[in-house]
Amino acid sequence: MVWLALLFIVPLAIMLSLSLKTCNPASGVCYMTWSWGELPHQVSLYHSQFITSLEYAAAATVVDLVVSFPIAYWIAFHGGRKKNFFLMMLLVPFFVSFVIRTLVWEFILSDNGFFMTFLRHAHLISSNFHILGTGYAVIAGLSYNYLPFTALPLYVALERIDRRVLEAAYDLYASRREAFQRVILPLSIPGIFAAFLLTFIPAFGDYVNQQILGGTSSTMIGTVIQNTFLVTGDYAAGSSLSVVLLVISLLGIWLYARVLGSRSIEEYL
Amino acid sequence: MSVLTAPVVPDAPVTAAPPERRPRHWGRFVLPTYSWLVIAYLVFPIAVMFVYSFNKSVGGVPQVSFSWNGFTTLWYHEWNGAPGLSASFWLSIRLALIATAISTILGTLLAMALVRYRPKQFHGKGVIEQVLFINIAAPEIVMGASLLGLFVTFNIGRGFLTLVLAHVMFCIAYVAVTVRARLAGFDRSLEEASYDLGAGPLTTFRRVTLPMIMPGVLAGALMAFALSIDDFITSNFVSGTSSPFPVLIYASTRVGIPPQVFVFGTVIFSVGIILALSSLVIGRKGT
Repeated sequence: MVWLALLFIVPLAIMLSLSLKTCNPASGVCYMTWSWGELPHQVSLYHSQFITSLEYAAAATVVDLVVSFPIAYWIAFHGGRKKNFFLMMLLVPFFVSFVIRTLVWEFILSDNGFFMTFLRHAHLISSNFHILGTGYAVIAGLSYNYLPFTALPLYVALERIDRRVLEAAYDLYASRREAFQRVILPLSIPGIFAAFLLTFIPAFGDYVNQQILGGTSSTMIGTVIQNTFLVTGDYAAGSSLSVVLLVISLLGIWLYARVLGSRSIEEYL
Repeated sequence: MSVLTAPVVPDAPVTAAPPERRPRHWGRFVLPTYSWLVIAYLVFPIAVMFVYSFNKSVGGVPQVSFSWNGFTTLWYHEWNGAPGLSASFWLSIRLALIATAISTILGTLLAMALVRYRPKQFHGKGVIEQVLFINIAAPEIVMGASLLGLFVTFNIGRGFLTLVLAHVMFCIAYVAVTVRARLAGFDRSLEEASYDLGAGPLTTFRRVTLPMIMPGVLAGALMAFALSIDDFITSNFVSGTSSPFPVLIYASTRVGIPPQVFVFGTVIFSVGIILALSSLVIGRKGT
């Protein structure tokens, strides 16, 4: 507990205090201004990157939800004895380092890579079609990297549905479609929201996909924070942006608890 | 007798069985095909990594190139040829082992404290639960950034020590949550029986409590290890000059990636998947 306090609360507090300061990046000297002045200043400077991050993370999360709901449903309801095997297959990407996974996507999407060359020779894409360096590449990388974060909570939610409720629906003359729409879908809504948050929040703060797959036009806020800390050394600016990022994430969680009760997302981890 | 008081409708069809369900096309054909396609999508980049680990480089420069230049097993022979790669790999392993050991012990103790004590005995229990949760849910970059702020403010040089501190910080929460789930179904009367039979608190913990929660502890430790060895975002902020494996690879994307990166990736993947599959098979035999 003390450890957590030391290494989590204290850094957060320091970050808050740093965001109250103004730093001179050249000399590295920070002095307290006791004002939130840095905060709106940074937000106005980088609001377009915040919006880009929101868009990319939301797009990737929606793609993940659409892609992984059917497979989660299938494993939960029809997986049979092979359930564990299929769940492990969902986790397969995690056996390769996150950075390497993203790098491989750079190879897949690169104009000279064999995948794009093949598509071009097959005339499926025109010769001036590029994807690497665009926002679409970033979304592709994000949705691949965070797919398990969506699929597993969905699986947990679907697995938890009492089969007897479904039987009751059929006994009450529900068709398969009605049973799905009026029983399975409503019962899986907490899981869908949990999956949304568990995918959206890390994708929102991600900068690896953007730096490797995206061009300079698609800068996400994570990249900005990383650069302010590690390149320019403007800790006050970086801290202010981190505070905003944290607040947005916590807002999502707070909303979840508010709308769907205090049943915590932890259950879906 | 509610059956008697219920209005009797004599003409109601007695054989009103639910209508025949439509043939199970979805369960039998569409969904399995789709699911295998998703799995193929998940495996595809790994196959690409495997293929590219056999790719020749252009003009003698040991760098991976996007285009295919012919088959070679050179990079497997010269797996140690990239400067700093295996050193950073062992650094990652060491870091993960130390972070796992510390965070497993602390996380297990934290979980026990959270489950055992009522809010009255344990002030701030609710707060700690919230902190644990935020720790898991907050974007990693925020934690990395705030830890960097801490180390800079207190003038702690960035290196192996700061890496260990940071990794333990984010692993504890996962261990605590995993162990807590296991502890929730723990039967306290077993411990009481142990005390009645004359065992002290230490013996009871060692011989009764620990064996019972061991699966949870192991799962937590495994999770901590996996998180620690693959962590990039936090490590990148606090690593300084000693780069763990992911940080080194990321740094090399700027100057050219040595082909051995894909060799390492392939080998780590193979070892991991063999371990996981064998544990799956053993688990099935056990039950």
